Parts: sequence; C-alpha cells; structure tokens
Amino acid sequence: MLTKRIIPCLDIKDGQTVKGVNFVNLVHAGDPVELGTRYSEEGADELVFLDITATVEKRDTLVVLVRKIAANLNIPFTVGGGIKSVRDVEALLNAGADKISINSAAVKNPGLIDELALQFGSQCVVLAVDTRHQSGEDFVYVHGGRTQTDRLTLPWIREAVNRGAGEILLTSMDHDGTKNGFAKDITAKVSEMVCVPVIASGGAGVMAHFVDIFRDGKADAALAASIFHFGEISIGELKKYLKHNNIEVRI
Amino acid sequence: MKVSIIKYNAGNVHSVASALRRLHIEPEITDNPDILKTSDRVVFPGVGEASTAMHYLREKGLDKLIPALTQPFLGICLGLQLMCQSSEENNTECLGIFDVKVKKFPEGLKIPHMGWNNFAELKSPLYKGISPQDFVYFVHSYYAPVSIESIAVTDYGIKFSAAMAKDNFFGMQYHPEKSGKVGAKILENFLRI
Repeated sequence: MLTKRIIPCLDIKDGQTVKGVNFVNLVHAGDPVELGTRYSEEGADELVFLDITATVEKRDTLVVLVRKIAANLNIPFTVGGGIKSVRDVEALLNAGADKISINSAAVKNPGLIDELALQFGSQCVVLAVDTRHQSGEDFVYVHGGRTQTDRLTLPWIREAVNRGAGEILLTSMDHDGTKNGFAKDITAKVSEMVCVPVIASGGAGVMAHFVDIFRDGKADAALAASIFHFGEISIGELKKYLKHNNIEVRI
Repeated sequence: MKVSIIKYNAGNVHSVASALRRLHIEPEITDNPDILKTSDRVVFPGVGEASTAMHYLREKGLDKLIPALTQPFLGICLGLQLMCQSSEENNTECLGIFDVKVKKFPEGLKIPHMGWNNFAELKSPLYKGISPQDFVYFVHSYYAPVSIESIAVTDYGIKFSAAMAKDNFFGMQYHPEKSGKVGAKILENFLRI
C-alpha cells in the first residue's frame, strides 16, 4: 500500500542550513548534506531544500550543493526557492535534484509550468502555493508570503495541474508558525479537487496534527521544519505513532 | 567489474551512477555498442516520455543492440516500460523483451503513483535479504500488468509488476537508486547475479 510521506524542509542560505538545528553529534550543524543524511537515517521519506539566498550570483553555490547532496543521499529530494526559468531547472535536475518546486515565477508566468512539464515531465514539477484565508476567500501569496495576489487558491491550483504540475506543496500562512495544526479544510479541498499528490505544510506542533492532516486533510504527504530541527518531534517516533493510529507509513 | 549505464536523453542517469558509486562501482555512461557489449552489467535508467526515448534509441541503433545483449541487464522505471512490447504513452512500440503492454493508471487514482510502496510475490535472487515488508520508491503514471514474467507485484488500487525478469533481462518499476538501504541492497544483489 502506498504510504503517507513525512518530509523535513531545510532552509539553505549560501550553501548552509540556516534555521537553528538542535541535533547532537553533528560535526557541522550547518552542513545540509550531513543533516539530510541524518534525516534520511531517521526515516524521512523525502527532503525539501529551500534556497533563500537573496542574490542571483550566489545561485551557482546551490548547484554545487545539489550535486553534493545527490552524491550522498539515497532518498528523493526537491529543490526550491528563486527558480525562474527552464535554464534554472535544467541546471538543478542535471546536478541530481529529483524534483524542483516553483512558486512566485509560476504565478507571474503560468506558461513556465507547461514548459517545464513538457521538457522534464510533470513528475519533477512541484507547484508550491502559499495561501491565506481572507474575507471568506483563499488568496495566493508570493515572494515568500510577503505579497498578496488577486488569484484565488483553488482555481490557481486547478489551472496549474491542467498545465502540468505533478504535485502540490500547499502552505497555509494562517497556520504556518502557529504549531496549532495543519490547515485541514483547504488541504482536503485541494486534495479532492486535483488528481496529483498534495503535500501539506504549515502548523505542525504535535504528532496528533499529522494524524489529522492525513485522515481529515486527505494529504498525501506532510512537510515540517522547526519541530524536526529542534528535535521536538523525532521522525522515527512520529512514524511509530502514525502507524499506531492506522496511518500507513514506511518504517 | 565493468558496469555501463546506457546514455540517452531520459533523465536520472546521474542518480543511478551515484548509487553505484556508493557501492564502490565506477560506472561508464555510454551509448557505444562495443563498450555495452563487453560490460559485465548494463543498466538502463529512465525518467521521461516513452516515444521520445524510443526515438532516441532507434536513432542510435540501441533498439537492435539491447535485446541482443547477453549479460545481466537492468531497466529502471521508464527503462522497464521500454523493455515491454508497447506503451499507451503516445502509442509507442517498444523493445519487446517482456511480453506485456504498458498501460496508463485508470482515472480515480492519484497520478503519478508517487512515494513509498511495498511489494509481494518476490521471486528472484534480486530479492535476497529483502522482505515484502520493505518499501521502495515509485514515481510513474504508466504500469506493466502482472504476468508470468513478474518477479514482484505492487498494489496501487490495481496490482501491477513492480519488477519483471526474463533470461538475463531484469526490469524495476521503482527506483532502487532512490530507495534508501533497501534499494542499495537490491542493486548490490543485481551486481552479484
């Protein structure tokens, strides 16, 4: 049976992980390769590396890093952050990334999704969507959640899947950082609307939240960052807990 | 041991190369017929679209060469699908090594079938030390139906061939190169066959 996926997200700046990481026994706490390997050994099903490097010149650092990650990691990983063109994607896939995620660039130029799906296949094109509930409607935000757009979340996701997006990474900005649980309603709506897998993100605080998002939110995968980085929840423990609650996971 | 990876225009050649390097094998990525014929093992990876891949294989004469190879041969993902008779993906004639036709997953399922799934009916030295409780990583929208050539079967609403074998030819629908320690063990078993 296909299992639900647990995906830690690592923020990368200038080739190093940025968020505080509370792992013991790491020689280089900021080394994405070492941290990624550690998560993989703990039972992470995939990893997402989100590049938050501001400057364009530093993007080459990312390609070098992706090559290093690909040589060492034996589970799939997605690279996102600042991807704007077919050329950006080609460089990352050639360096060994399994999937790439696009967000703001796709909102600005939806045709990019078609181009990427045609050239590299839908299976490696993840559409990341930051959504916020406002006056009864769900709006798409871009630029790391700083800018509101006039696009509504559900129609945008439907359009993107029609254009060739192969997976949706849905972050609820209302829930992100609250630790009060994932956004079950919108995730369930998206998951029922589209025929591609949906990764829920934002709001994980305790293990029960993962049961909720898989059971009620109908997510195919759940992504979290700080609770894993700070060791509040270990992936091994989380998977045992999910299994105990009749959620199929890989152990 | 001399291991070649068939070079063609369908993705993840480097992921397979990295996985082999982790097993201390330095593979050669090549479409040179002489090198392929004299290798101890040949790996045929692939992420991409069937008709484009077959077009490339025909251009390079690999469509004739591959079925005539005699050493242990391993097709991965699209590699397995191209080893079948044909694929519903753009109605493509394939290499005809396995006697089945590749189909698209029916509507109502999430497509692609993406993530970790287990397998049953394991029937090959490839699965020495592997159990049906182990998981491997899949990403695909088309599948090879279960047949007498199946050596592993996976359930995704319908049952399909997770792996197939015939003579010296092996095919895996999942990605051993991305399937953690289980995948590494399966690749190691392939090198020992």
